[in-house]
Amino acid sequence: MNYVVPKTALEASKALVQEGAFALAGGTDLLVKLKTKFVSPSMVVDIKQVPKIMGIEATADGWWIGAATPCAEIVEHESFCKDWPGVVEALSLIGSTQIQGRATLGGNLCNASPAADSVPALISARGTCIISGQSREREEPIEKIVTSPGVTALEKGEFILGFKLPKPQSGTGDAYLRLIPRSEMDIAVVGAGTTVSVDKNKKITSIRVCLGAIAPTQIVLDGLEDIFIGKEPDENSINKLVSIAEAACKPIKDKRGTIEYRTKIAGVLSKRTLTIAYERATNH
Amino acid sequence: MNDMTQTNLERALKIVGSRPARPDGVDKVTGRALFGADKSLPNMLVGRVLRSPYAHAKIISIDTSKAEELKGVKAIVTSTDFEDFPSEFVPNGEMVVNMKDITRNVMAREKALYVGHTVAAVAATSEDIAEQALALIDVTYEVLPHVLEVEDAEKPGAPLLHDDMITIGIEPAPESASNVAKRVEFGFGDVEKGFSEADLIIEREFTTQQVHQGYIEPHACLASVSEDGQAELWCTTQGPFVVRNFCSKLLGFNAAQIRVTASEIGGGFGGKTVVYLEPLALALSRKSCRPVKMEMNRAEVFTSSGPTSGAKIWVKIGVKNNGQITAGDCVLKYQAGAFQGAPVGPGAMCAFAPYDLKNVRAVGYDIVVNRPKVAAYRAPGGPISEYGVESVIDEIAIKIGMDPIDLRLKNAAKEGTIAPYGPKLGPIGMIETLEAAKSHPHYSAPLGPNQARGVASGFWFNIGGETSSSITINEDGTVGLTLGTPDIGGSRASMAMMASEELGVPMELIKPIIGDTNSLGFNFLTGGSRATFSTGTTVVESTREAIEELKKRAALLWEVSLDQVEWFEGHARLISGDEPKTMSLAQIAKQAGKTGGPIMANCSMNVTGAGPSLGTHIVDVEVDEETGQVSIIRYTAIQDAGKAIHPAYVEGQMQGGAVQGIGWALNEEYIYNEKGELENTGFLDYRIPVCSDVPMIDTVIVEVPNPNHPYGVRGVGETPIIPPLAAISNAVSRATNKRFDELPLSPPKVLAKLMHG
Ligand SMILES: Cc1cc2nc3c(=O)[nH]c(=O)nc-3n(C[C@H](O)[C@H](O)[C@H](O)COP(=O)(O)OP(=O)(O)OC[C@H]3O[C@@H](n4cnc5c(N)ncnc54)[C@H](O)[C@@H]3O)c2cc1C
Repeated sequence: MNYVVPKTALEASKALVQEGAFALAGGTDLLVKLKTKFVSPSMVVDIKQVPKIMGIEATADGWWIGAATPCAEIVEHESFCKDWPGVVEALSLIGSTQIQGRATLGGNLCNASPAADSVPALISARGTCIISGQSREREEPIEKIVTSPGVTALEKGEFILGFKLPKPQSGTGDAYLRLIPRSEMDIAVVGAGTTVSVDKNKKITSIRVCLGAIAPTQIVLDGLEDIFIGKEPDENSINKLVSIAEAACKPIKDKRGTIEYRTKIAGVLSKRTLTIAYERATNH
Repeated sequence: MNDMTQTNLERALKIVGSRPARPDGVDKVTGRALFGADKSLPNMLVGRVLRSPYAHAKIISIDTSKAEELKGVKAIVTSTDFEDFPSEFVPNGEMVVNMKDITRNVMAREKALYVGHTVAAVAATSEDIAEQALALIDVTYEVLPHVLEVEDAEKPGAPLLHDDMITIGIEPAPESASNVAKRVEFGFGDVEKGFSEADLIIEREFTTQQVHQGYIEPHACLASVSEDGQAELWCTTQGPFVVRNFCSKLLGFNAAQIRVTASEIGGGFGGKTVVYLEPLALALSRKSCRPVKMEMNRAEVFTSSGPTSGAKIWVKIGVKNNGQITAGDCVLKYQAGAFQGAPVGPGAMCAFAPYDLKNVRAVGYDIVVNRPKVAAYRAPGGPISEYGVESVIDEIAIKIGMDPIDLRLKNAAKEGTIAPYGPKLGPIGMIETLEAAKSHPHYSAPLGPNQARGVASGFWFNIGGETSSSITINEDGTVGLTLGTPDIGGSRASMAMMASEELGVPMELIKPIIGDTNSLGFNFLTGGSRATFSTGTTVVESTREAIEELKKRAALLWEVSLDQVEWFEGHARLISGDEPKTMSLAQIAKQAGKTGGPIMANCSMNVTGAGPSLGTHIVDVEVDEETGQVSIIRYTAIQDAGKAIHPAYVEGQMQGGAVQGIGWALNEEYIYNEKGELENTGFLDYRIPVCSDVPMIDTVIVEVPNPNHPYGVRGVGETPIIPPLAAISNAVSRATNKRFDELPLSPPKVLAKLMHG
C-alpha cells in the first residue's frame, strides 16, 4: 500500500485516478475499514495539503468550508454557528470530541452512509459542493453525491474540495436531530435536518426537510411547499408533515431498528426539527 | 473465628474503613500495568483460531495439509490433539462444569455447536501467515438444523445438540434424549394452599436476552512449553490455579508441570473463570516448541467466550390485602448455550431469597441451544430470576395501593429466616437497606413530567472456598503479601489495609502481589464476591501468626518469656519491667538473622461462613413516549457490605454493578439472524452504556457485620447487578402505566409496547 500527500488539486486527482486509490481526510471511516479489512487500498491519498481544502471562511454570498476541515474547527467558529446552528448540531454529534478532532464533512459525505449525520443538515441548508477533477471543477447540490450505500456520483479522479452554504436570509432557522439508542457513540436510527424561512408575519416562505437512515440515500421530503408556504405551522400541517415523512421511508429492518420503528421516528423527528427550526427562524 | 471478630470490633480501626490510594493505581493510569496481551517472548509465534461458520454442523473431516505446507506455519491443532473425557462434573465457582464438555468447547469434536465454535488453531511466525493458514484449512461440514431459543429447544422434535442428553432431576428419568439438561427445584410449604389464602394473585411471564459481561480486555495469553514438558502460561484470568487445573487435565500435564501467572485483568465479571485460548496456546507451543501468543478480537469475544443466559421465566405471587405474601412460585428456563450449565440453580435459589415466605417454590430448567456456552456473569442467574420476582412485587404494590418499600419491609428476610434454598439465615441486611432507601432524600424527591421512580431489591449468597496466602517481613521492616486471588476490584488495597491494621505499620510499607501457581497452595478463583472475604481471612490469620513470631523474636532479644511481650502499633512492647521498652517491627526484622532467620507466615484454609449481601436500588427514569427512549435521571444504590474495608472500592463495585445492570435493562442483547449468526459482534451495536448514558450513581453502604470474618466483611461485587433490571422496568412501567415484561427496554421495544400494548 502506497501513501502520497499531493500538494495541489491536480496532483491529488492524478493520484486518485489510479486503481484502488482512496482519498484520506480524517481517516475516521477509512482507517476503521482498513483495520477490519473491509477495504484494501493500493494507494492512500492524503488530501489535507491541497490548497483551500482546510479551513472555514465567510465569502461574499455565504460560507466556504474546506472538505477536509476537522469538525472541531467548524464547531468553534462563532459566526458560522450563529448562521447555521442546525448544521453545527449535526456535525457536533459525530462520534465524540476525539473523533471530531479528525472527522470531516467531505469524509462524512463520501463515506456514503445513509446514516451520516452532517448530510441531512447540509442538504436541508441547500448546500452545494465543489468537486475537483483532472480536467475541471464542478459544483453540485449535495443531494446529488450519494447514489446508494457506500457509492458516490464522483468520477474517477474526482474529490470534494469544499462546501458552499448560502448566507441565511433573515428569518431563517435550521435544526438537526437524530435518534440513537444510547446518548452518544452510536449510529443514527433516523436523522432529520430541517431549514425554514419566515416573513415578518412569521409565515413560512421556504421549507426543506431532509431525512437520513430511512432509505438507501438521504431523502428530501416532497410536497411540503403546498402545505406550509404562506402559513404558520399548525397541528394540521404538522400532522401532514408527519405523514409525508412516514410515507417517504423505505427503511431496512436490521439490528438497529424495525421498519415500523424507523418509520414512526421519521415522523417524530421531522415534527420536532420543524418546531425547533421555526422557533429559530422567528427569532432570527 | 468468633473470638477473632470480637477483638477487632472492640478495637478502634485506623486503616480499615479509610480510603487510601490503591497500590496498583499508578501503573494502571500510566499504562505500565501488564495485561494479558502485553507480554512477549523471543521467537514467539502468533496463534489464531479457525471457527465454525455454522450454528450446528457435523464435522465430517478436517484437512490441514495445505496449511501445514505454508511457509511460516509451525503448528496446527485440532480435536485429535486433545484427549477425550468421560462425563465428569466439577465445581467451578458458582457453576459446575463437565470435562467432557470443556474439551469440546475448547475444540469442537464431532460437531460444531455454535457460530464461532473453535474447530482448529494455527501457530505461525506472523499474524498474516496464521490468517492465511486458517483459510487453507479445509473443513467438511454437514450442516444441521439449529435452535436458539429455549421455547423452541424444549419442544419435542427440536434439533438435538447432544443425542445422549437425558434430563437429570426428573423422576422417572425420561426415556429419550432432549435439549433439557436438568430440572432443579427449591422451596418448601404448600404453594397451592398459600395461593388459596391470597386476596390478590399476580402471575406473569418475562423474557430476558443473552448478555455479555462486556469486559474491555479481550481474552489473551502467552504459553511456552519447553522440550522437557515444562510449561509457563501468562494469561488474563480470574483464577490462575483453576486455569492450571483445567489446562493440565486437557493437555495431560501434571499440575507441577504448568506454572500459570495471572496478568493484570481488564475486567472479568465471571467471564474469565474458564479456559478458551489457554489450552490451545499450550498445545500449539508443545507442538512447535516455541512460545505462542494468542489474543481474541472483539468479535471473537462476543461469539466465542461465555456470555450469560437469555431466559423465559414465569412468576406467580399471592398476597393478602395487607401486603403479607402467602405464596411465591416460579419456573425459570435458562439458555445454557451449547453445553449444559446455565446458572439456573443459583437463579432458582435466590429468586425469592430477599423474603421470608411460608410457601415457596422455584423450578428451573437448564436448556442447551446453539449459542456460545454461558459462563459466570456477576451473580450468575440472580439478576434474571429476581427481575421477574421484583417486577411482580412492584405490580402487587401498585394493585394493593402500598408503597413498594413498605411491601418489601413487610415480607423482608431477616436473621433466622429459612431461606427458600434451605438454610437458616444469619444476620443479613435486607431490612436495613430498605430502611436506608426509604429515608434517603432520593426516595421523596419530586419527579418531573414523564418521569417515574422504580425500586427493587436483590439477594446474593457470596462464597468462601479454598484460599492460601502468605506474608513476609522483609529485613528493612517492610512487608510483602503474596495473594492467590487476582485483583479485579481493588482487593490488593484491601488486603494491604487489613495487614496494616493488624501490624500497625503504614499501608505504604506493605506490598501486595498476586502470586503465580507455584508460590502458594491452591486458590479458588476470584468469583462469588469471595476475595476480600476469603483471602482477607487468610491474610488476617497469617498476619497474626507473623505478629506472634515477631513477639517471640523480641522476647529472645530482651531475654524475657513470650508472655511478657505484647504487640502495639507496629511495636513489640514489654508488658512489665521498670522502664517502658518497645522494639519496632523494623528493628526486629533487622535482627531476624540472629534470632532464627527470616520471618514469614502463611495461611491456607477452606474459608466458610460467607455472608449474603442484600441491596436495594432506587431509580428515576424519564420516558419519551413518542420515541420509546428511556433516560436514567437519578440512581441510588444501597447495599449491605458487612464491613467496607475500603469504602471507595465498595462504592465502585456498587456503581459498576448498577451500570452493568442498566445496560442489561436498557439496550444489551445478543441479536441473531435466521442462520444463527450473531449480528452485533462489536460495541457499536452491542450497546453497553457509555458515560453519558448514566448519571452519577449515588451509593449508601449499610454495614451489618458478617460474624464469620475478622472485620465483618461480606462480598459486595455481585449483588449490585441484581436490582437494576427490575428497578428500571418498574420505573418504566410506572411512567407509562403499562407493565413491561421483556428486556431490554430498548427504544423500539418500548415504543412497540406503547403503540400496541
Ligand atoms: C468512534 C466513531 C464514531 C463515529 N460516530 C459517527 C456519528 O455519530 N455520526 C456520523 O455521521 N459518523 C460517525 N462516524 C463516522 C466518521 O467519523 C464520519 O463519517 C466522518 O465524518 C468521516 O470523516 P473523515 O474525514 O474521517 O473520513 P475518512 O475516513 O478520511 O474518509 C471517509 C471516506 O470518504 C472518502 N473521502 C474523504 N474525504 C473525501 C473527499 N474530500 N473527497 C472524496 N472522498 C473523500 C475516503 O476515501 C473514504 O472512503 C464515527 C466514526 C467513529 C470511528
